[in-house]
Amino acid sequence: MAVGKKDIECPPYAEGTPLSDEDIKSGKVTYVEDHPDIRYSWTAGQAISRFLNGLKEGKILGVKCNKCGRIMVPPRMFCELCFKPIDDWVELKDTGTVQTFSISYIDPDARPLPEPIIVAVIAIDGASPNMGIMHILDEVKPEDVYIGMKVKAVWKSEEEREGAITDIKYWKPLEG
Amino acid sequence: MVAVVGVGYSGFDANTPDLSWKEIMYEAALRAYTDAGINPRRDVDSFVTCAEDIYEGFAIFDEFVPDQLGAVVKPTCTVCADFLYGIATAYMQIRSGLADIVAVEAHSKASDIQTFGNVVKFAMDPIWLRNVGNAHPYYLAALEMFQYMGERCLSEEDVARVVVKNKNNALLNASAPYAANVTLDDVMASPKLFDPMKKMEIAPLADGCVVFVLASEEVAKELTDTPVWVKGVGWWSETYGYDTASFSAMYAYKAAKMAYKMAGITNPVKEVDFAEVDDRFAFKEMQHIEALQLAGKFEVARLMAEGYFDRDGALPVNVSGGNLGVGNLLEATGGQKALEVVLQLRGEAGKRQLSDVKVGVAQAWRYLPANSGAVAVFGV
Ligand SMILES: [Zn+2]
Repeated sequence: MAVGKKDIECPPYAEGTPLSDEDIKSGKVTYVEDHPDIRYSWTAGQAISRFLNGLKEGKILGVKCNKCGRIMVPPRMFCELCFKPIDDWVELKDTGTVQTFSISYIDPDARPLPEPIIVAVIAIDGASPNMGIMHILDEVKPEDVYIGMKVKAVWKSEEEREGAITDIKYWKPLEG
Repeated sequence: MVAVVGVGYSGFDANTPDLSWKEIMYEAALRAYTDAGINPRRDVDSFVTCAEDIYEGFAIFDEFVPDQLGAVVKPTCTVCADFLYGIATAYMQIRSGLADIVAVEAHSKASDIQTFGNVVKFAMDPIWLRNVGNAHPYYLAALEMFQYMGERCLSEEDVARVVVKNKNNALLNASAPYAANVTLDDVMASPKLFDPMKKMEIAPLADGCVVFVLASEEVAKELTDTPVWVKGVGWWSETYGYDTASFSAMYAYKAAKMAYKMAGITNPVKEVDFAEVDDRFAFKEMQHIEALQLAGKFEVARLMAEGYFDRDGALPVNVSGGNLGVGNLLEATGGQKALEVVLQLRGEAGKRQLSDVKVGVAQAWRYLPANSGAVAVFGV
């Protein structure tokens, strides 16, 4: 099932009374602008720290619950279905299957992207069903992507990797 | 009737570099379910979490809570308020017959917030309050404090005594990271960061999580021989405007009135054995003692100086160490207070155990710059 590029207009157009940037700058609309500086540094914790350290080494790590038998990725310290601690850590393959995808044409500000971004949920080989990583696909034309496509991670070089999900640059088709 | 049949917590710590907020939630939840002797996947009908997106750094934070609580594919909702509002929500769910067993959770991972001052500022009206000057918004508490001191004829020593009491109380609480054997001279020598407010009068941030399991009377009696009853709950809001509020903790007065009425308490001074009140700024404890009708308007300072609110006093307040000893736990603040009340009523408070206590009150404010809060009355 291939989905090709659609002939669409971005952003979606709606009838109305348009306001230009100039109208706002010139004070035609009464408004107050604020740009709060709010920052966080989330502690990754036991499970995700190990996962991120694994990415730095070019490995995708998962965990196993012996009660329900699931192999879970991203890892967690407890099985959310059995509500008990996980039993084992397992190294998973850096290959998987496209479970769903979207060819996305506009950025968060609704501006057209120079090239569409293909976002996909990838079911990781060796993990249980519905266990996957959301990431992006590349080295493939949008019209050639399909659900069920086998893909492989394309990693940053060892020196570039920093222990982040972006240590995987993108996923590409396993064949051809 | 609704009972507390299980309590669990993790922390409380100044920082938690080894655990994520998910992991501290899991720890507290697991302890609470074990304490209650239940399996959350099978037994809990409804889960209530208390969280504020801006403290978490996530939008729609309620999406992130089920896994750690055993709540996946179960009824779950988040109350954007303190833990005690969660207790009130659970109380209503049980009393209305919607649920027999409800889990309530709140946590603080304040150490994840890099710019706490700006997070507090974010709660101020952006049009005419937020960007007036660039002082750290703790000055908001100092404004209220100075007015309150004037209206109640309080000296700086009167307010400082709250810090001495609570930080020393905290020495008997292993989960109070800011415990210290400070003297009145130490507190008086603390620098004034927001004149007249001293640095030591401000509760520093802390991490932790509290989970309660509440049950209907029938189920509670099956689960435990020692239920702690939720005798009353109350909550109240004044107005959001910092320039229009009464600065008299009306929220605590009205919320307590609501909770006392439900609990059948007509004379709080006589009928309440001890209280855990919000002391995230030292003067707030005095204001809240007054609002909870645990002392007369002009008596709080004198009674405080006489030791009336000490651990061995007639009406102990913040025997846990309060926020000044345990830390500012954000939306888990009321959780730590309710936890202390339950542990005391169960006789499980260790070396700080009060003797012969039957009724305790927990109170929490929604913090700067709010004029809202909740109260819960617990009893055995
Ligand atoms: Zn499992």
